[in-house]
Amino acid sequence: MKDIINKSLLEISKSLQMRQIKVREVVEACFDRIDQTEPKINALLCMDKESCLSRALEMDKSGPDPDKPLWGVPITVKDVFCTKEFPTTCGSKILENFQPCYEATLVEKLKNAGAVILGKNNMDEFAMGSSTENSAYKNSRNPWNLECVPGGSSGGSAASVAAGQCFASVGTDTGGSIRQPAAFCGITGLKPTYGRVSRFGLVAFGSSLDQAGPMTRTVADSALIMNVISGHDPKDSTSASRPVPDFLAALEKRQDLKGMRIGLPTQYWMEGLSPETLESCRNAVDAARDAGAVIVDVEMPHARFGIAAYYIIAMAEASSNLARYDGVKYGVRDKSSADLQEMYRKTRSRALGEEVQRRIMIGTYVLSAGYYDAYYKKAAQIRRLIQQDYLRVFESCDLVCAPVTPSPAFKIGEIIDDPLQMYLTDIFTTSLNLAGMPGMTIPVGLGRDTGLPVGVQLIAPAFEEALTLQAGQVMENALPGVGTPTGLG
Amino acid sequence: MSRHETVIGLEIHAQLKTESKIFCSCSTRFGGEPNENTCPVCFGMPGVLPVLNKKAVEYGIKMALAVDCRINSRSIFARKNYFYPDLPKGYQISQYEEPLAEHGRISILSGDGEKVIGITRIHMEEDAGKSIHSSTENVSYVDLNRTGVPLLEIVSEPDMRTPREAVAYLKALRGILLYLEICDGNMEEGSFRCDANVSIRPRGQEEYGTRTEIKNMNSFRHVQKALEYEVGRQIDLVEDGEKVVQETRLFDVEKGVTRSMRGKEEAHDYRYFPDPDLTPLIIDPDWVEILRADLPELPIARQKRFVSDYSLPDADALVLTSEKDLADFFETAVAEYNQPKKICNWIMGELLGKLNERGLSISGAKITPGQLAALVRLVDEDKISGKIAKQVFVEVFDKGIDPEKVVEEKGLVQISDSSALEAVVDEVLGAHPDEVQRYKDGQKKLLGFFVGRIIKETKGQANPGVVNKIRSRKLG
Repeated sequence: MKDIINKSLLEISKSLQMRQIKVREVVEACFDRIDQTEPKINALLCMDKESCLSRALEMDKSGPDPDKPLWGVPITVKDVFCTKEFPTTCGSKILENFQPCYEATLVEKLKNAGAVILGKNNMDEFAMGSSTENSAYKNSRNPWNLECVPGGSSGGSAASVAAGQCFASVGTDTGGSIRQPAAFCGITGLKPTYGRVSRFGLVAFGSSLDQAGPMTRTVADSALIMNVISGHDPKDSTSASRPVPDFLAALEKRQDLKGMRIGLPTQYWMEGLSPETLESCRNAVDAARDAGAVIVDVEMPHARFGIAAYYIIAMAEASSNLARYDGVKYGVRDKSSADLQEMYRKTRSRALGEEVQRRIMIGTYVLSAGYYDAYYKKAAQIRRLIQQDYLRVFESCDLVCAPVTPSPAFKIGEIIDDPLQMYLTDIFTTSLNLAGMPGMTIPVGLGRDTGLPVGVQLIAPAFEEALTLQAGQVMENALPGVGTPTGLG
Repeated sequence: MSRHETVIGLEIHAQLKTESKIFCSCSTRFGGEPNENTCPVCFGMPGVLPVLNKKAVEYGIKMALAVDCRINSRSIFARKNYFYPDLPKGYQISQYEEPLAEHGRISILSGDGEKVIGITRIHMEEDAGKSIHSSTENVSYVDLNRTGVPLLEIVSEPDMRTPREAVAYLKALRGILLYLEICDGNMEEGSFRCDANVSIRPRGQEEYGTRTEIKNMNSFRHVQKALEYEVGRQIDLVEDGEKVVQETRLFDVEKGVTRSMRGKEEAHDYRYFPDPDLTPLIIDPDWVEILRADLPELPIARQKRFVSDYSLPDADALVLTSEKDLADFFETAVAEYNQPKKICNWIMGELLGKLNERGLSISGAKITPGQLAALVRLVDEDKISGKIAKQVFVEVFDKGIDPEKVVEEKGLVQISDSSALEAVVDEVLGAHPDEVQRYKDGQKKLLGFFVGRIIKETKGQANPGVVNKIRSRKLG
């Protein structure tokens, strides 16, 4: 089993295509690993062993399909994507047992590419959180240290991939929800350019910020998933009609970083970084320099407003996006109420979690008459300024490099009661979502003090995911990496 | 003249006749089982997204062009947030700060001649569903068939000064929508809805008075009555030294009065903001020009042409052009038989009378323009009398049979043959010797009696002219 689950997605895919291994063996290995690790990490909200195994048998019978790049590969997806074969709860009680009759475009693409979806990952309720502690169902744990959070909101996905339950997961990133848990769990996570991957069937949190992307153990694995999930979708008006490059092929075109200019925003390399995070991230920059990159300091003057602008916009959109969970059409309804207003109030008060309610209220407030100009409108203006900061930086740089989080994974329960501090853990990730740019976390190594993974972010201009992947792979090869998680015994 | 001046502005909601809804591919068909024409998008299911129907935009642009609006090259869809069971997403996708079109105008004809009414803005939005409250059980149902049907909201300037002008404006707008074939204009079914803002002010004052918003007017007559009532109510209030309160009032059809919605109308804060699921709507100027070139002749222009080309009176031209189908019917008939005034009279009289009586519109009638033209020709050629023609018309109207065929089958051809008629005249005169004597003695009013008898004997088929000639020869 170890042989199988320690392989990368690319490796296992090759073995499957060449019939060196059966789909059933791979799927069984994953479920064995799930049986072994799941009680420790709580990464999954649902799975379907039986139907996955029978599907595997069929696939073994019919044989590999070279046109399907994920043929037979077991993966998981965050429970934010609508699936016909699994319920879709979004980590919320209000959608307990909700069974969509339609499928997210991304899930359709993964299935058409031959992937076997084992189950769905735990997450912060409606993707609101940075630790997966806001899940209404369970606390996921970090495979490197079970007392620590796996990050969030795609914490279940990161923990699954790190623990070897699957070969990849797909998460979503509204303000860092792919990149931060990837950093905490020592894996690779890519937030594509806004519009690169269809949002159809992705349960919305902040519609102008949400973007789905791969979470994998290697950069090349992310490139392969990107090949499958990218592209215009007529069902999503905000998805871009831009050609999609072959990301995997792009990786072969670059073995070093010669001629590449990488900018370090001074605003991100000063404030509040833990010493081990700063040290690890500097190691990553040194590796890039050694590989031939020119490292320059750059200015992002509006960066300090990023987190405020992000939370205002995300909460405003969320307050509207979550209005549909009213107990009328689907999901949970409070049946004790005497009238409509009471039914709305009780349903939403009882079935939505505290953090979700907090964000709906703040979002409602910032859109209210008399406050709109001071909050929402101002935040939208800051958003444009941050976009301009990036555009200016990319006039002289190919990539931007920044830390992902101020420090490695924190303990479960450590800051859950201090929402503001929790929001501040997103300080390095949110500006990217405001600007719509792609960014990727790659694991750098283990922190000197905590022994926990530390990641670094590579940020590229819009629709230049190939650049982050190329640079990411060069650095992945140059850096020590994190190895296998130490918390699973 | 009252010392108060009335100020009225109207907000129209027109359902667009697109095949599919504005943000999904469900049918817009009216009727049907509850929730038959719905999909996850209609239901506001988690994760689904709106995709704009280009046809709805096309219709919106056509309307904007027809009323001389400036089309904004970039407009924004916004979310209007409020909770209601028939609003599945918890927000309505509409347009707010940057609408599709602005600054238009429309000419109307009311009693006092032509007048121009300003159009403030035209924007696009989705319709909501319907809540159905059971009268027998303590339960409400939601039907989302109407959810997502495209609407144009057309907002006028407060340019109307009488309820009559308001109705004229409504009719003019409706006419344009029908001419463009983008809305079926049915006020009863709600595909053409109207809310009014009404206020009064002392004549000569520039500042507007406090306005009330009137809702629930489902016909032109309702609009007229509701506005008349509301203006009177406001004048009474002011003259009694009281103040008009800004509020929404519902028209009570039964009692003919407007009533305050009171507590129900709380000050809503809709928290409008740009819908992040839809990109800005960018209108290509070339597309606008193509649509402009393709615009049909509009009611006012057609009306003027009917007066000049066909020498019709203004009033007739107004009625004929009020509906595109009716005007088309007229022009097709005239093309068959070039007697515009006579055809117009038949339409204004018999045809509209029958349509009204049967509650039909011209598009639902069986009679064709060619058949009406043929009927008029039959009269002109003395094949039938005007009186018989009216009988024939009813047959043609009801069954859609050619008038020649009706005349032939029923043997209604007019008898103009004087030898045949002479026998009838002789017979009638022979049967009434007393009357003949009295006539000869000077009782000239008996003339009608004889003519009546002769026409009756021939079942109305006698050519009255010929009968008259024979009669005068025989009786002097």
